Amino acid sequence: MNMFTVSGSPHVHGDDSTKKIMYGVVYAMIPAILVSVYFFGLDAIRVLVLSVIGCLFFEWVIQKYLIKGGTTINDGSALVTGILLAFNVPSNLPSWMIIIGALVAIGMAKMSFGGLGKNIFNPALVARVFLLISFPVQMTSWPKPKAITEGLADVVTGPTPLGIVKEGLDAGKTMSELKPQIPTYMQDLMGQMGGSMGEVSALALILGGIYMLVKKIITWHIPVSMLGTVVIFSGILWGFNPEHYADPVFHLLTGGMLLGAIFMATDMVSCPMTKRGQLVYGFGIGLLTILIRIWGAYPEGVSFAILFMNAVVPLINKAFKPKRFGAKPGVAINQ
Amino acid sequence: MGILKTFALGGVHPEENKLSANAPIEVLPLPKQAIIPLGQNLGAPSKAIVKKGDKVKVGQLIAEASGFISTNIHSPVSGTVFKLDNVIDGSGYKRPGIIINVDGDEWDESIDISDTLITEITDDAQAIIDKVKKAGLVGMGGATFPTYVKLMPPPGKVAEYLIINGVECEPYLTSDHRLMLEKGQEMLIGTKILMKALGVSKAIIGIENNKPDAINHISVLAKDFEGISVQALKVQYPQGGEKQLIKATVNREVPSGKLPIEVGCVVQNVGTAFAVYEAVQKNKPLIDRVVSVTGKAVKKPANYLARIGTPIQQLIDASEGLPENTGKIVNGGPMMGKALTSLDVPVVKGSSGILLMKKEESSRKVESPCIRCSKCTYVCPMGLEPYLLSKAAKLAKYDIAEDEMVMDCIECGSCQYTCPASIPLLDYLRLGKSKVGAIMRDRNKK
Ligand code: SF4
Ligand code: SF4
Repeated sequence: MNMFTVSGSPHVHGDDSTKKIMYGVVYAMIPAILVSVYFFGLDAIRVLVLSVIGCLFFEWVIQKYLIKGGTTINDGSALVTGILLAFNVPSNLPSWMIIIGALVAIGMAKMSFGGLGKNIFNPALVARVFLLISFPVQMTSWPKPKAITEGLADVVTGPTPLGIVKEGLDAGKTMSELKPQIPTYMQDLMGQMGGSMGEVSALALILGGIYMLVKKIITWHIPVSMLGTVVIFSGILWGFNPEHYADPVFHLLTGGMLLGAIFMATDMVSCPMTKRGQLVYGFGIGLLTILIRIWGAYPEGVSFAILFMNAVVPLINKAFKPKRFGAKPGVAINQ
Repeated sequence: MGILKTFALGGVHPEENKLSANAPIEVLPLPKQAIIPLGQNLGAPSKAIVKKGDKVKVGQLIAEASGFISTNIHSPVSGTVFKLDNVIDGSGYKRPGIIINVDGDEWDESIDISDTLITEITDDAQAIIDKVKKAGLVGMGGATFPTYVKLMPPPGKVAEYLIINGVECEPYLTSDHRLMLEKGQEMLIGTKILMKALGVSKAIIGIENNKPDAINHISVLAKDFEGISVQALKVQYPQGGEKQLIKATVNREVPSGKLPIEVGCVVQNVGTAFAVYEAVQKNKPLIDRVVSVTGKAVKKPANYLARIGTPIQQLIDASEGLPENTGKIVNGGPMMGKALTSLDVPVVKGSSGILLMKKEESSRKVESPCIRCSKCTYVCPMGLEPYLLSKAAKLAKYDIAEDEMVMDCIECGSCQYTCPASIPLLDYLRLGKSKVGAIMRDRNKK
């Protein structure tokens, strides 16, 4: 007598997996990793390694000894969180702070919610904000990027372009006065601006974004609506008074804008489930970011904006349903 | 070939694996014993009218329709009724059936068994419907809804388009494809007959463009048939779903919970159109059908014209036997077919193919937590949120499942096929549908 497997349809599977998606994100981050190593040298490697090992370690320990279940450190999700956390801190952050960041990201933001898929907030961002509030000085002293080819000595620290502009404008200076102090847009694109490790090269981030779009890991909705909102909102203000407000391109290329739009806001676990919802979510993040950047206490607002919108996601999911088939009948002739 | 159309919402594109596409239809030898389950249509099972020891001829009525949504069953073989007993059917359960010991091949005299093509349609609409009903025709694509019911629109509804489903969007299956290539004329006459019964002047035959030979062949033949056109469609699963096919061909959306007639459409499968030709022009009831036998390890992927009641073991033998490492036998295609428990299951009116899967293809992947990627939502052709519905069903929150429109689910499996966490979404959706369906029926009773 032959024994056959009996299970419900479908009997085939598309072969996509959580692991493939997570490693897809990792591949997408490679350009930005390379750029950060190029500019920050050994320090960048130190931050990356500590952050990744920290995240994997805490995931493993918590699952093994606290939850006492199987471990999922192979699925790539803790690896992604580790790299993202490294991207979100300055390359000269003390090592023990990185470990604390990893503990916060995995322990507090991920595992306490029930692990993979259950967290409401983006773990790496929770850790970033936690570190920013706990260690504001270390988290905002940014080493100036300097190609390794220029030698390793003398790391110079300085403010980010956003910080320069914020401080300058608050002190009553005009944009034309501040322009010489900030990097050109070409430098922003290539990676010659101060900032967290993963923020420094817009081009590397965009490359990663294109890769994820092609691989269908993300869709265009969140980045486009978020960045579109930023451009329109900051553009209106700039058009109003170009001496008092930075222009849209500046906002797009500086700070955590692209890192946030491409890698943080698109985190599938913490973003809305429908494309319509994602458009609203991106809009909210863009709007809040500019509000915080211009009128808030911090020069940078992307992280707060994303975390705030993370909290609203359950409501967005309730309010924005997919377009149902047959909800709007086309031509119904029998009526 | 014209512009390729398709439906707008969701959809997936599984590997096509049409291994038997080039195998001409072979007539399968008669079985020694025919096993005929009484429940072969969607709706009420038929009622046996023969008893043990009765002599029957091919095409003789052996079971009658037992309600509005039910059909006649005719003997697919000639011989003696061996017994009326429970027989194993595609569901894996034993259910009432008729077993006939085959003896010779003697046909009922009223059936025209010649090869002559009869083009002229002499019956009027009512006579056609009566013949279709008498012949026990059901939808041959697998849904097995009695055909004649679809030919009688409810009062106040008018059909405008007849849409013939030549999509065959299930991977592997090729029975409709072969039928279009080899019985194109008959299929088109059958379409004409259906048009006459429905009183429509336009029929569209939808074929996916992975069958260019069928598109060309039917397009050429259709020139002689007024009102029938061929629409080439972009390959996309589940385009063979009625609602998706209507959307793809005439761009109308059947409202939630309604039938195609609501937007003036009636959909029939190419296999059904062929069976209509045989029933109306040749007086031949539905006693055989084309069945693909296929699978990656099958030595001879083929298409057989098999009598209803033939145990699938015999089809597999004709394809040089069950491969060593067969782990799963699917009645139908890999997306919507049912896994069988035994090789004794017979061919029934709704059998479109037998798919033999290798051991390594047979088991599901290990489920992992939902990562909220929403891919299930993106591919759902009905615009549902499978992750949410499956969770609601799992937690027995049937009110939520109902509000979130679980009843609109067409069980196409696209969501589960796509889910990177390998969650058995459709298992939960089916559970949700059956529970919500029961709750709704209860409520309507009150
Ligand atoms: S099985 Fe149901 S829920 Fe899943 S994709 Fe198909 S219609 Fe949508
Ligand atoms: S496809 Fe699977 S993992 Fe993704 S949201 Fe749907 S159920 Fe969750």
